[in-house]
Amino acid sequence: MATPVGLREVEPEQTRERLNEPDAPLLLDVRTDRERNTSYIPGSVHLPMAEVESRLRDVAPDPSRPIITYCATGRRSLDILPTLDALGYENGASMAGGIVAWQARGYPTESPSALDDEKLARYSRHLLIPEVGIEGQQRLLETSILLIGAGGLGSPAALYLAAAGVGRIGIVDDDRVDASNLQRQVLHSTAELGESKAESARSSIEELNPDVDVVTYEERLTSENVDHILGEGWELVVDGADNFPTRYLLNDASVWHEIPVVHGSIYRFEGQATVFKPYDGPCYRCLFPQPPPPELAPSCAEGGVLGVLPGVIGSLQANEAIKLALGIGEPLIGRLLLFDALTTTFSEVMVRRDPDCPVCGEHPTITEYIDYADFCGVPGS
Amino acid sequence: MTVVRIPPTLRADTDGQAALEAEGETVRDLLEDLASRFPALRERIYPEGELARYVNVYADGEDVRTREGLETEVSVDSTVILLPAMAGGC
Repeated sequence: MATPVGLREVEPEQTRERLNEPDAPLLLDVRTDRERNTSYIPGSVHLPMAEVESRLRDVAPDPSRPIITYCATGRRSLDILPTLDALGYENGASMAGGIVAWQARGYPTESPSALDDEKLARYSRHLLIPEVGIEGQQRLLETSILLIGAGGLGSPAALYLAAAGVGRIGIVDDDRVDASNLQRQVLHSTAELGESKAESARSSIEELNPDVDVVTYEERLTSENVDHILGEGWELVVDGADNFPTRYLLNDASVWHEIPVVHGSIYRFEGQATVFKPYDGPCYRCLFPQPPPPELAPSCAEGGVLGVLPGVIGSLQANEAIKLALGIGEPLIGRLLLFDALTTTFSEVMVRRDPDCPVCGEHPTITEYIDYADFCGVPGS
Repeated sequence: MTVVRIPPTLRADTDGQAALEAEGETVRDLLEDLASRFPALRERIYPEGELARYVNVYADGEDVRTREGLETEVSVDSTVILLPAMAGGC
């Protein structure tokens, strides 16, 4: 015999209908971490009862948005309503019967069971952040990110992405670890001198986090292999290439494959970072239609670079990649961030889509791979 | 005077200076001023009165190509940035 539904309760049927409406209420799971970890209603936000008072504002910035709370059977979610009222959330209601009643009607639930105790411990500092939480962490564990280059920028990016639990990390690099790399390329160590950078990166990542599946490509990105490599399920690319031909090649390929690229570049004390999201924002060619002549494009090997600089820019790239993977915050799309390590200043300039861009513009004139070495005025390899 | 920031790769042409003050009401005026004081810079990025295509110029955070090009007006409070692409990820 069903319990009568009180004034501030909604039935699971009604809850389900309202969740599909355009101005859907926030569905708030107030159960404990352990309960949440068994199963939850898709789209719900988790905030254990004890934390509602201190953290509700974080997960529900708009107090006028209706909230439907739920717990296991509907008792605790009803008890929490006066707390919501006191915090200024007066459109709160509780789902009668809780998740038990929801499941009894055959409505879908999801299980975050991929996070075992070890993962709960490893990622606990992520799980505490409302914007990440268990679902966000699971999303990271299912994300595939490809790194072009395991050098200065690729090193910190790879380490932070691996530490964050990005489930699949690809490394494209045909180089070997040289003594001159160790001043900044923190993926590699003295014991790995002479080894393949891709393999050295793999061992560092696996030591840091065995949850990560590392895929290595011990080759240079070329017009011949780029479609194959980008076609292997990468959702995002972190560009840490060290030359213009690779950067333009990667740009064209990523636009055609519609894969966002987190871009970074460095020289001496200065760095740049931005995000190219195909057709949503500008591409590399919208920003820089032409590379500078070779005499104005010295590499770090020719001009030097402050060892910590790639640490700053590569970490920013990892930050952008994680935000894009989680769909949170405001990524650097259409904004180029400039960093000067000598004065410790950041500045930002706008980057707009170029309607005449030869690759992502209205009437593209480049529709297949070109001779990138020739385009950049450098001898082909 | 308006401050123009010079990228590291062009500083060999500006006696190593990272920022220069220049006089003028438009981006073109500023470039003319700098080019007359630093002939090597003129040769490199502003030959025959046109800016080399590989150098972006930002006035107050906007690429002048999306505004009035070299005729984009600037004030003494403007920040102008010259910016060619950098390749390095090494």
